[in-house]
Amino acid sequence: MKLPFLGGRQRKPSAMAKMIVKVVDYESGNLRSVSRALETAGAQPVLTSDPDALKSANAIVLPGVGSGRAAMEALEQRGLVKPLQEAVASGTPVLCICLGLQLLMDDTEEGSSPCLGIISGTTRKLPDSLKVPHMGWNSVSFRHEHPLLDGIPDGSYFYFVHSYYAEPLKNDVATGVTEYGLPFCSVLTQGNVMATQFHPEKSGDFGLKIYSNFVDYASVVWK
Amino acid sequence: MLTKRIIPCLDVDAGRVVKGVSFVDLQDAGDPKELAALYDRQGGDELVFLDITASAHGRDTMVEVVRQVSEEVFIPLTVGGGIRSADDVQRLLRAGADKVSVNTAALNDPELLAEGARRFGSQCIVLAIDAKRVDPGGLSDGQSDGSDLGLNEGSGWEVYVRGGRTPTGIDAVKWAVRAVEMGAGEILLTSMDADGQQTGYDLHLTRAVGQAVPVPVIVSGGAGTLEHMYDAFTEGCADAALAASIFHYGTYTIGQAKEYLNQRGVPVRL
Repeated sequence: MKLPFLGGRQRKPSAMAKMIVKVVDYESGNLRSVSRALETAGAQPVLTSDPDALKSANAIVLPGVGSGRAAMEALEQRGLVKPLQEAVASGTPVLCICLGLQLLMDDTEEGSSPCLGIISGTTRKLPDSLKVPHMGWNSVSFRHEHPLLDGIPDGSYFYFVHSYYAEPLKNDVATGVTEYGLPFCSVLTQGNVMATQFHPEKSGDFGLKIYSNFVDYASVVWK
Repeated sequence: MLTKRIIPCLDVDAGRVVKGVSFVDLQDAGDPKELAALYDRQGGDELVFLDITASAHGRDTMVEVVRQVSEEVFIPLTVGGGIRSADDVQRLLRAGADKVSVNTAALNDPELLAEGARRFGSQCIVLAIDAKRVDPGGLSDGQSDGSDLGLNEGSGWEVYVRGGRTPTGIDAVKWAVRAVEMGAGEILLTSMDADGQQTGYDLHLTRAVGQAVPVPVIVSGGAGTLEHMYDAFTEGCADAALAASIFHYGTYTIGQAKEYLNQRGVPVRL
């Protein structure tokens, strides 16, 4: 039998039932890579734009590429705002990626839109004096330990593409910080909410480790 | 600290990787999936696939190649070549590309840049420019196309399209500025004079474009030694460097390139 080509990486053996992770599909970017990264982490990704599916989810990934206002409008049109807020409030592990992190704030300067209001703070534009978007591999300094970062060395590089950044009111939610003209929150954690400004599904082995750490975390909560 | 990117480029014809020398004399250099995985393991920061297939059937093959590579390689993937419409862009993004690069079609219809940026975000719209130095003695009024992007009072580099075969009478720097205003989020800049020569990137061209636009510039064409890459990042002020031959034929590994750059003080992801 010809084995599937894995690019040098092995899938996790799945002795137990696979963790189902609901990936919020609101036509925001490349969900394929997110799904593949979750599969590599041993989970079973299910794309959904169904509000009820989020209510019953064991774990949720909120991806996001594009503009803040358009993304919020897309979530609202599909009736996903309240289910997301309720899932967070009920303790469901949620991983938010890139724009997904920014949407956690109270509001965004990008199109002057209110956001999910799950984390106190605001999303601002990167200074015009810089090349924008901030594009490429940048390092993340860890401010404290977190299960999401298990096995990843402090200062590791991840792939960023963004023009806006989240500015949470409380410093202690900034678990990882990155410098680009100014220091900004690149890993945000608060209880069951975890978020990265970078794209872990585009950040090689350490990025995949973020996904497997999230799946491990969610599996413990699930049991 | 944001690092400088090293980007191997794979020219793909009918599903196989080839690399031209000054756009002719193509040679087979391998399977796209295997090469992509190899460059990921070596520390490539992104991958660029340039589809040089002419036929419609070949285009479908490319979408399939993108799909397969994105299943297994977890670094950013840019696809260029033959993209004519926003629907072409969407097809490649859905197949798993992170960015697409447009060239001829954007010059024919700059609205493609605006529509692409509006629908998918400017971060995934890369404008590819093939530029050639204008012969200073040869510039006459007849060579200007009369538009505000013409060669008169220009930078000294002319845009070529259709794989570098057709001169346009359009100034490279003026076009770069216009394209970014329209929605391009990154510039992939190839010097036709330097491409395939392995005598170094055109640093003057790179700097001229880089200083004129507020978005990242990927320099391409001419890398023969690691010092050429160092020069591109320092003197040329490039944000990323594209290379094919020196990696494909094993002259250097990406790891060696990064080690060299790191020792000379250029920030890279090791």
